[in-house]
Amino acid sequence: MEDSLSAQSMKKDIYTEEFLINMGPQHPSTHGVLSLECRLDGEIVMDCTPHLGYLHRSMEKIAENRTYTQFIPFTDRLDYVASINNNLGYCMTVEKLLKMEVPERAQYIRVIMAELNRIASHLIGIGAFAQDLGAFATPLFYGFRDREKILEIFDEICGNRLTYNYIRIGGVQSDFPEGLDKKINEFIKYMKLKIDDYDQLLTNNAILLARSKNIGCLSKEVAINYSITGPNLRASGIRRDIRKDAPYLVYDRFEFDVPLGANGDAWDRYKVRVEEIRQSLRIVEQAIHALPPGNPTSKANRIHKPQAGEVYVRTENPRGELGFYIVSDGSATPYRLKIRGPSFSNLAVLPELVKGLKIADIICILGSLDIVLGEIDR
Amino acid sequence: MRPSEIFDLIKAEFPEVRAEEGTDAVVCPKEDLLKLCRWLKNGSLGFDDLHCVTAIDRKERIDLVHIFYSTSQKHILTLKIYLDAKDPSVESLAPIWRSADWFERETYDLFGITFLHHPDPRRILNPYDWKDYPLRKDYANPNFIPKPRL
Repeated sequence: MEDSLSAQSMKKDIYTEEFLINMGPQHPSTHGVLSLECRLDGEIVMDCTPHLGYLHRSMEKIAENRTYTQFIPFTDRLDYVASINNNLGYCMTVEKLLKMEVPERAQYIRVIMAELNRIASHLIGIGAFAQDLGAFATPLFYGFRDREKILEIFDEICGNRLTYNYIRIGGVQSDFPEGLDKKINEFIKYMKLKIDDYDQLLTNNAILLARSKNIGCLSKEVAINYSITGPNLRASGIRRDIRKDAPYLVYDRFEFDVPLGANGDAWDRYKVRVEEIRQSLRIVEQAIHALPPGNPTSKANRIHKPQAGEVYVRTENPRGELGFYIVSDGSATPYRLKIRGPSFSNLAVLPELVKGLKIADIICILGSLDIVLGEIDR
Repeated sequence: MRPSEIFDLIKAEFPEVRAEEGTDAVVCPKEDLLKLCRWLKNGSLGFDDLHCVTAIDRKERIDLVHIFYSTSQKHILTLKIYLDAKDPSVESLAPIWRSADWFERETYDLFGITFLHHPDPRRILNPYDWKDYPLRKDYANPNFIPKPRL
């Protein structure tokens, strides 16, 4: 010990002693209840160990004791910022297990709802990221203001604002009310202006650039090796989007681009999310114009008894690829249900990214990864 | 590439593997796992992404499930390994795919499968001193200290 100290002090005049700090579980920048145990040398992070599980509710065990329909509200509580997308992933998996057809109108409604929810989720992601970097309150509350408009639309459709339970096995809960397409069109017009505002306000802001450019660079190889998905992977320059690669629902009928980043740094991850909002608006606009007539509600029974077998379905969540793996033994409850949450893998790369950076950069990188702990801990 | 085509390619290289009845999964003996996985990643199939690791408790045995995805060729593979329920242990894939680290910790936490040569073999979702493995079918609720009657 003494030898190493004297060797250090010979090298530099001022040396610092290593010490441990705990960030979280109650820390405003950990986006939930996450504890990061950081080993520091002054301000430099030498090592970072995440401790998870504060929000572990045993979703997978609960699923084994619920019927297929009863489990839909639980999926709302996984990624609670993008509930519709979770409903969608789960219901599509059960439908594949049951080999069930979904009415065309229901498929269009699902696309519209999922994309609106994606916009709402990305608005929170961007706002919270800017807030973490010190842009106190303004971007976050701009995000909340525009998300409120989406929540009002959702409220009108299904009566809920956060946990919707809207997408059901074989259809959706209810049809759009009268005059809703007008409201959605108004929102698209409004949001297109606002997203340009965000671009002007944030994207090339000197402070945001200084804080996030070339911070937390995630190379292509590392990203794939850690099984990173979604906007975080696309920010590293890999064109991988299930909506394009293996289109589900009616995504193949719409024109949209897959925005890519160049370096995979925190700024790229932010920028990809801004562009994805624009693309989601394009999809909603096309879907609302092509909405076919019909009855989108499900005519299926509430108790489902699928044949024994297993199925794995991936869908593109705002945070990455959400997978449901269901094993059925022919009874009314799943024999085993596995949820592959995208944030789980996205968080796993954090210790790799923060090594050697300043402690303030942990906040920046964690904010840019945009995790939701509900889906990590399940 | 379709699952049957992928299976034929694997079968040509590793004759011990077999297809599971009723599913698209490929079953591999646990001794061959590391060799097969290195070939899956570096060979022509190009499975560069270990997408998901989980397990199924079948009471008499435990099925360990790996799901692989190829970013360049966009195909998917489900690989299963049948483990003895009394002493489930298997080689860790963490040296090949970094994502295996946390996935295997989770599988150990919930099913009690021991991953040999794992870099960080701790629980991840449950508290570090938790007893037993919650997703096993014979799991009994822990005997928490009863609340005092008021």
